[in-house]
Amino acid sequence: MEVTFIDINAASALALFVVGFIGGMVSGFIGSGGAFVLTPAMMTLGAPGIVAVASNICHKFPKALVGAMKRAKYGQVDVKLGLIMGVFAELGMIAGKGIMTGIKQAYGDMGTNLYVSLVFVVVLAVVGGFVLRDAYQMWKADREGGAEGEEPELTPLARWVQSLDIPGTMVYFPCIRAKVSLLIIAPLGIGTGMLAATIAVGGFIGVPSMIYILGAPALMASATELVIAFVMGLGGTVLYALDGVVDIRLAMIILAGSLFGIQIGAIGTTYVKDFVVKLVMGLIMVIVLFSRFFYVPGYLSKLNLIDPLSDGAIATLKFVGDATLVLALAVGGITIVVALIKGMAAHREQTA
Amino acid sequence: MAIHRESVWKAVAYGTASIALYAVLFVYSDRFVEWAERTRDGEKLLFIIPIVVAFVFSYVHGAFTGYFWDALGFRAAKGSRKPGNK
Repeated sequence: MEVTFIDINAASALALFVVGFIGGMVSGFIGSGGAFVLTPAMMTLGAPGIVAVASNICHKFPKALVGAMKRAKYGQVDVKLGLIMGVFAELGMIAGKGIMTGIKQAYGDMGTNLYVSLVFVVVLAVVGGFVLRDAYQMWKADREGGAEGEEPELTPLARWVQSLDIPGTMVYFPCIRAKVSLLIIAPLGIGTGMLAATIAVGGFIGVPSMIYILGAPALMASATELVIAFVMGLGGTVLYALDGVVDIRLAMIILAGSLFGIQIGAIGTTYVKDFVVKLVMGLIMVIVLFSRFFYVPGYLSKLNLIDPLSDGAIATLKFVGDATLVLALAVGGITIVVALIKGMAAHREQTA
Repeated sequence: MAIHRESVWKAVAYGTASIALYAVLFVYSDRFVEWAERTRDGEKLLFIIPIVVAFVFSYVHGAFTGYFWDALGFRAAKGSRKPGNK
């Protein structure tokens, strides 16, 4: 396999550091995110696709470890749930990679691009819409004088899941304060891993599934996702490192920025209410969803499924899509910083 | 923003260690690229190098960034978000 590592100069190192910082901040706050911008950013700098993916995964597992340890200090992590879902997610990642390879062999790069975009659109539309609606309802209840810190009501699905009793498969999870069957955890973990192998952000399934299907609080779900990301990332890194395609220089530059970001994101969660985490997550998901619309016409054109578009039109649409992705990260980053500063000011007033 | 003296010293110590690690990574950059090439050529045990590097950097740089924000006064809200302690 012919693989070359790129030369790194001061400008490219700085760009990766900044994207890493904002991506890290979003990850520390909502448990995932940021990774979907890093792979294209590295490819723009000239890294081959496989090196970009491998180096991205290699920076994710130490970042997730540091974030998980930080949030464990605040009592937000359910290690048992994270490790069990992480193992299933690892299986999902292997299955997801298999599907991607199969599509690539049958339809080439454009086929996988179209598949990735369709998965993005479907998952983000369903889950993002649900998360945003929930955040709005919690915000409304909060404004109407709901008691602060009150546990949000379980969804009917979570109540059903917690009422199930399948002998020999039940495990107690502290964050849910109930026993849940491993037969329920398995598909959620596998789905998280498959999504991670497809769009690099498994948390878009992992976090909402822990909230709405298992009944975990949003803050604990986003913190526990970091444990899942660690397990998945470590496994993925070992596989890619065995192939010799991890560019550790690239990975460590991104890590330099993202560890600054993940700490501040994790601190931010201690100053906000549950609905703010959901709001930021929902906003990012919906903006990322819109970014994919700009790529789809180009893929359809190249697969001859629509009348061919000019190269200029495809390039323009791709640029708009990339810019929208950057916007998603920027919106997430700004929202977190504002929430942190406001929260710290309010906390100081209360404790003064 | 309040400055926290103890965190400042720890941030300086871990920051220095972190800078030293990054300096080593870039001074010996070619060596790391060569190890990756040798892994591709069949010396599979060398896969451990990026894993160890990632763990060491995350420990040292993670501690540095934690103390850095702490020194600047960015700290978690005290006891506000622990389950059962809402």
